[in-house]
Amino acid sequence: MLLLLSRQAAAGRPTPPRQRLALLAGRAVGAASRRLGRGGGTAVPGLVAGRIAPHLVEALGRASEHGAVLVTGTNGKTTTAHLLTAIARAGGLQVIANPSGSNLERGVVGALVDAAGQLGGLPQPDGSVAILEVDEAAAAAVLPRVHPRAVVVLNLFRDQLDRYGEVDSIAQGWWHALEADGGGPTLVLNADDPSVAQLAEVARGDVVTFGVDDRGAALRAAEHAADARFCLCGGTFEYDARFIGHVGHWHCSSCARARPAPTVSARHIRLEESGARFELVTPRGSLELRLPLAGLYSVYNALAAAAGAVALDLRVEAVTRALTDAGPAFGRQERFTVGGREVRLLLAKNPAGLNEVIRTLAASGPELHLLWLLNDGIQDGRDVSWIYDADIEVLAGRVRELTVGGDRASDLALRLHLGGLDASSTRPGIRDALDEALEATSEGGQLDIVATYTAMLDVRSLLAARTGRDAYWEARA
Amino acid sequence: MTLERAIRAVVLYPHIMDVYADRGNLIALRARCRALGVALEVANVGLGDPLPTEADLVLIGGGQDAEQRRVAPDLFERRDTLHRWVEEGAGVLAICGGYQLFGQAYRTGAGDELPGIGVFDVTTVAPPLGWERCIGDVLADSLVEGVGEVVGFENHGGRTYLGPRARPFALVRFGHGNNGDDPSEGAVYREAIGTYLHGPVLPKNPALLDRLILAALRHRYGPDESLPEVPGDEWAVRAHASAAEVARSRGRPRT
Ligand SMILES: [Zn+2]
Repeated sequence: MLLLLSRQAAAGRPTPPRQRLALLAGRAVGAASRRLGRGGGTAVPGLVAGRIAPHLVEALGRASEHGAVLVTGTNGKTTTAHLLTAIARAGGLQVIANPSGSNLERGVVGALVDAAGQLGGLPQPDGSVAILEVDEAAAAAVLPRVHPRAVVVLNLFRDQLDRYGEVDSIAQGWWHALEADGGGPTLVLNADDPSVAQLAEVARGDVVTFGVDDRGAALRAAEHAADARFCLCGGTFEYDARFIGHVGHWHCSSCARARPAPTVSARHIRLEESGARFELVTPRGSLELRLPLAGLYSVYNALAAAAGAVALDLRVEAVTRALTDAGPAFGRQERFTVGGREVRLLLAKNPAGLNEVIRTLAASGPELHLLWLLNDGIQDGRDVSWIYDADIEVLAGRVRELTVGGDRASDLALRLHLGGLDASSTRPGIRDALDEALEATSEGGQLDIVATYTAMLDVRSLLAARTGRDAYWEARA
Repeated sequence: MTLERAIRAVVLYPHIMDVYADRGNLIALRARCRALGVALEVANVGLGDPLPTEADLVLIGGGQDAEQRRVAPDLFERRDTLHRWVEEGAGVLAICGGYQLFGQAYRTGAGDELPGIGVFDVTTVAPPLGWERCIGDVLADSLVEGVGEVVGFENHGGRTYLGPRARPFALVRFGHGNNGDDPSEGAVYREAIGTYLHGPVLPKNPALLDRLILAALRHRYGPDESLPEVPGDEWAVRAHASAAEVARSRGRPRT
């Protein structure tokens, strides 16, 4: 059984002057940029504080009694960190978390700035845990600096190849960082993703795995976007069931590597329009759960959070309570009511994520009203080619009204047209596109918005302004 | 009643060499053939699968290093058939990693050489340590008759240099092209086109798409074939214009 290790060294230690100064400067800059409304002010405080005291990231592990948990992988980081945070709080812990939408190193320091006291002291460590989402490409660099207690690794898909480079080099980076880290964090690994499950081979600490144990949830045909094909031995991965892209019940064609039996799993999954029911199986017993988040990808995120809770030795009751009451994370299946229309906001920023959103939409009914937004900012990826990797064709015949928007609306409209979906309107401006789409949805109807990262930020702030919801720098996990 | 014309396309390693959404080219090809009233027969060829006896059009996309290494020897085994098709005038679209393997060779950073099949007289070398990848929006003028302005996105580490027998596919206005030193982009030999433009390139470049379909028809039915007068897809025209604008506003200007 896993033990709760306390990091007593941290208790009561005064904050060094330089770090205190850095935290105070970060707080001041954050407050100023929030007043100016610039980018929500989540990254800037971290940047400023990091310049003044570059070792703040290292201080993070010491700042919390129960250490730090990193959540990384291509898809689901924000939702998983959000769910794990809810579980930890239900289990009575204080959580230091990095603000949503700012998951690079600056965001990690920003989390410390955020948790720092009025006088710039590091947060009180008693009963606290840091839960940090870290970019898959940054994880290898952050790992040796934070010395986390646990690392949750969700999945590895192609994403923003113009920015992150090849998928293989990210996997190698994780491998080497874990191999080099003498601390031996507990690894919380997706058993169903071969690129992730194989990291167990370099584990120096405990390993907790999670996976789907319901072949009824398998894809009937393989999706085009599959990113793990070859085993380390050179063999090919084969599947008894595929759930998302290359994620499924895998084994190697030529060596003994195969999907490990998961520590935490989901059985008897029923996907519903706005949620999922399943049996959550843990080493402490199993229970029926109704998760208020739709799609099989949400089930994976919930499993990852539950497995993270096992690694933190949290009670099963905390897991059930938090997962049952979970609201959506920022911009991920968030709902708004605007002018009598139900609006659901779905983030989709890479082929695997978009395929999951498409599956969720296809399960929502045959008469969809859609607003689809494609931007090509640095955080979206400059290269918009990836839209051809997703299986748009699944939605042909299911869409009643389609509005297309964003900086690359013309590229998206062409892709959708080739997939059998013709837009009734194409508007680069997001405000115009939103108005147009709301207009095309009758009162009492539902509008689903599919958006890339920066398009999601833009459309969400418009929706927030119209519904009095928090702006994003105030939305906390 | 006239009989419907048909072309046979071979897609090489569709599940391995597909890293930059290369299947978008096949999606565009299917749609355009339908609009033109040309039946399209597609054969997917994976590692070790037999090649069909005939092909009018060959497509190959890009892959990561590990995948390229897997594919290179398998492709090399098939070089005689591929050369025969090219010499007969079949259309070829080889992109990024596929383009490199259709060249003479790829010399890795470690100094060893991955043999190509030599359809194009080009050689690719891995960049010296510390050199950046060639990444960004591309706007180029094709030297292939009737193709005109082409748009796309490039993302490659390797630098490709033309040999004495090679002609470039295009000259870049914005972007790196083959190597970032000279303005050449891609290569052409007979009806075979190699390019670093992914994007994917065919949906947004309807003139290039038509050119390849015409080559395939002529390979199948003889040099007098022509395309029916079917206007280009309006959606494609708009996407081309928008991508060209993006390249002009933020692409790397020609050196
Ligand atoms: Zn193996």
